[in-house]
Amino acid sequence: MTSPFLSIDLLTDAIDLVAVLLLALGIKGLSKVRSARGANQLAAVAMGLAVLGLLIEIQPGPLAWLWIAAGSAAGGLAGLITARRVPMTAMPEVVALFNGCGGLASLLVAVGVALFDSASADMVALVSIAISVFVGSITFTGSIVAMAKLQGWLDTPAWTQSSVRHVVNIALAVLALVGAVLLPGDPTGLPLWLVVIGSSLLGVGVTLPIGGADMPVVISLLNSYSGVAAAAAGFVVGSQLLIVAGAMVGSAGLILTQVMCTAMNRSLLSVLFGGALGASGGGAVGGGGSEAGYTRITSCSAEECAMALEQAERVVFVPGYGLAVAQAQHALRELSKLLEAHGVEVSYAIHPVAGRMPGHMNVLLAEADVPYEQLIEMDLINPEFPRTDVVIVLGANDVVNPDAKSDPTSPLYGMPVLEVDQARQVFVVKRSLGAGYAGIANALFELPQTAMVFGDAKAVLNGLLSELRSMGVGKVVAKKEKVAA
Amino acid sequence: MSVLSQALWVLLLGSLLGLELIGKVPPTLHTPLMSGANAISGITVLASLTLIQKAGDNQALLLIGALSLGFALYNVVGGFLVTDRMLAMFRRKGDA
Repeated sequence: MTSPFLSIDLLTDAIDLVAVLLLALGIKGLSKVRSARGANQLAAVAMGLAVLGLLIEIQPGPLAWLWIAAGSAAGGLAGLITARRVPMTAMPEVVALFNGCGGLASLLVAVGVALFDSASADMVALVSIAISVFVGSITFTGSIVAMAKLQGWLDTPAWTQSSVRHVVNIALAVLALVGAVLLPGDPTGLPLWLVVIGSSLLGVGVTLPIGGADMPVVISLLNSYSGVAAAAAGFVVGSQLLIVAGAMVGSAGLILTQVMCTAMNRSLLSVLFGGALGASGGGAVGGGGSEAGYTRITSCSAEECAMALEQAERVVFVPGYGLAVAQAQHALRELSKLLEAHGVEVSYAIHPVAGRMPGHMNVLLAEADVPYEQLIEMDLINPEFPRTDVVIVLGANDVVNPDAKSDPTSPLYGMPVLEVDQARQVFVVKRSLGAGYAGIANALFELPQTAMVFGDAKAVLNGLLSELRSMGVGKVVAKKEKVAA
Repeated sequence: MSVLSQALWVLLLGSLLGLELIGKVPPTLHTPLMSGANAISGITVLASLTLIQKAGDNQALLLIGALSLGFALYNVVGGFLVTDRMLAMFRRKGDA
């Protein structure tokens, strides 16, 4: 810096500060419904400012500009297309994919510096390179495996459910660690590749055994890692802005991960090292009870269910993962519109982990134009169940299991659940009597006020719609409107 | 203060800030928040740009830098847009 005033350094420092401030405000604003959308745009602007500030600072030459343009065009365009095309139900997979790419980017930067620029690197830079490669690799391969498992491209191999996997993973971690320790002595050779290969395989090895039910927690944790990887890359290239932003995302991601674990009554340790609970792995069913365990099941037709709805004054829907799978959210919205027109008070009970990520169900219902005031969180809706006439559970299971409150021997014991058993009448729409994600029998199904409606959620909802219409529910409204007019 | 200790302070304060920012979030926003935070973690574009600048005329390093820039921007652009798509759906009754 030649002059303390009006220098380029001062300008870029100021831009960086503003960018950090806006990023922090962006993350904060994302935590309130009213401000969330603006906050996201604010964060995007902050990101643009940060890039602008850096470009002013480094003033790339023509050759650098060429490569920057090529990389930006390819990545930006691909991002635009993916974001436009992806269906809302696939949101967890897409977040995992984006996240993996962020990790890969940090990994590439660190490898690039190690291979071609390590002559000028001091000890701090070398340690940072090792950390960045390690975390970046785990984030990358872990996210890709998580995405593949959510898409159903990958199963849970049987060997990953035995304790062999711990030995394998520890060996991989040691391999990566040895590479990291040797890295300063030989930054361009074998040690670097030991870290890359060891931690890449470790990312696969840790993620592969984890069942579908726990995948959201893993994605959230990997999201936190990608922040750490970015912060480490910040140390590598000496960018404080990168360190701040990476650290913020890293710690915020940890909090979010913790929130999810609490909601699912799982500890982070058991998610990471406990293997799959039921889910696609098959072998590892976590608790007592199976299909054969049910003895007092009442099932009923859509017609009976429709009659109960027609009589009800207050109806609560409990949507779950099964609803998303059946793509039934629009049919559900139509049904509730019909009921509302009939004068029925309708709301939706949202368990913190409904869907496949916390908040995922809200997104799916919002897509079907359900006003979000009707989506009631667990703590607020639980006291309302005793004065609810009909509860319809759609593809949810463990989150409505009363054993979680009353049976200390249940594996779910202690998990916060929706107390639908307090309602006068409960209909559970389900494809079969199969167990939930956690492989645990549900005492709700055997209660006297519960009736099962077997079938695909969308088919059942459409059946209810036509039953209600044939009862003349819609026509009654028409009459009422005429009277009002 | 040395450059390293300054950087470590920045790391520490950034981490603490992150913990504070996300304290209370309604579950509705967990997925968009995760997605938004994920987009922000693509700020590693800054590292990619610095790498390209440092590369000089080293073609291999330029290529690595451009690749990493592409992946990071994929994360950033895709992440912000997809978050916006989700949040655009949260409307109140009567909102246009």
